[in-house]
Amino acid sequence: MSEELLRTVLHGEHLRLNARMVEFGGWDMPVQYTGIIDEHRAVRERAGLFDVSHMGEFWVEGPDALAFLQHVTTADVSQLAIGHAGYALFCRPDGGVVDDLFIYRLGEQRYLLVVNASNIAKDWQWISPFTSNFAVTLSDASPDTALMALQGPGAEAVLASLIGDVAVTLPFHGVAETTLLGQSVIIARTGYTGEDGFEVFCGNAHAVAIWQALLAAGATPCGLGARDSLRFEPCLALYGHELADDINPYEARLGWAVKLSKGEFVGSATLNDLKSNYTRRLVAFEVTGKGIARGGYAVHDTTGNPIGVVTTGMPSPTFGKPLGIALIARAEASEGNQIDIIVRDKPVRAVIVKYPFYQSRYKK
Amino acid sequence: MSFKTPTNLQYLASHEWILIEGDIATVGISDYAQDALGDVVYVDLPDVGTTFAAGAEFGVAESVKASSELYLPAAGEVIAVNGDVSQQTDLVNTDPYGKGWLVRIKLSGDKAPLLDAAAYTALVDSIKH
Repeated sequence: MSEELLRTVLHGEHLRLNARMVEFGGWDMPVQYTGIIDEHRAVRERAGLFDVSHMGEFWVEGPDALAFLQHVTTADVSQLAIGHAGYALFCRPDGGVVDDLFIYRLGEQRYLLVVNASNIAKDWQWISPFTSNFAVTLSDASPDTALMALQGPGAEAVLASLIGDVAVTLPFHGVAETTLLGQSVIIARTGYTGEDGFEVFCGNAHAVAIWQALLAAGATPCGLGARDSLRFEPCLALYGHELADDINPYEARLGWAVKLSKGEFVGSATLNDLKSNYTRRLVAFEVTGKGIARGGYAVHDTTGNPIGVVTTGMPSPTFGKPLGIALIARAEASEGNQIDIIVRDKPVRAVIVKYPFYQSRYKK
Repeated sequence: MSFKTPTNLQYLASHEWILIEGDIATVGISDYAQDALGDVVYVDLPDVGTTFAAGAEFGVAESVKASSELYLPAAGEVIAVNGDVSQQTDLVNTDPYGKGWLVRIKLSGDKAPLLDAAAYTALVDSIKH
């Protein structure tokens, strides 16, 4: 089976480190090296390094690059200065989310989009047809681009030991083209763990050397297991869980990423209606009964009526208790409200708590 | 990586082990199972006095990433549960055949299909491909 899975350029490094490999979105990826909890703590307390080369990179270039991105994403890309990055969504005309992404502006007419690995083909098919109305070139650099995420309060020191001041001076969500170990790289102060950190884009040929240098400089290799638990605690949405074609941004608490004021764009008419008229909402909950909530479990009100579904649930490594995110009827979504999670056919009591669980500690 | 599969134990294909001593048996999960599950953070075990059929689900072990139902290799009545494991769940990871045992039962006769250590090792090897 594994022969058919895609491999990142760092696959051999993962095997050398005795990672446990799992299938993720068609890729053979490390879920953990030593253990999810150790790796989770490494990122919250020190610095962790993730191979996220499976993610997709699209370049958008040309005179209409800005106009194109204003049309196909929900962000106000006109507010993005050169050398800065921002979070955005591709939405459908009906308001559903095609994917979530980061947009990095590297030049006057030059933008890099980073999309979810499992959605590369889908996103390409979604946005390609729109290019015909714009003077823009869209290219898929995913197969040639390696991406590593160096995350945690110690990330700046680890990167500075290799690259000096660039790491220190790069602002939150800043992005710069520079050299690392003599090779051209793009470094951004972005990530998806709730901690300060960086993402390093490089050509495949240089990935192994950079990976090894960052580990030698003190970063702990971390797998997708910790990546999931780390993004879960600050309630950062993961496509396929908190986001989907049939979930709109307001339900997913991502209304802040939808800039209706910028003018018309794909989905804007519907989103304008949905803004004050959506019926479900993501909530954070703590399990107070005996059990662990997991993604996909049904959620009932305390009298047994179905009101929604758990999108992600796990025992939180930081808080040491079972927590979860659920998409439930908005009428039931107030903090303090009791709900039941159906764990192996039995209701287990939970209470809705403040969203998110963990306050992100970005260096701003 | 190779996993320990002590030869004095018998195994279920669902990765529980059983040590039969007369009409009393001790049950836990295998080295392979604890490794596959990752750091165990919760173990839900039955009350003493509960009776189970052979192959019945008797509890759940949970890691950050996954839940794993626990199945009883033989029918019987629970006469002891390992309270240490509820307090210190990493015992299941660090000593799955010793301090990480889960329940002790008084056997009532029926057994689920059990594998000896050689057959279980072959099964684990086939999963690891």
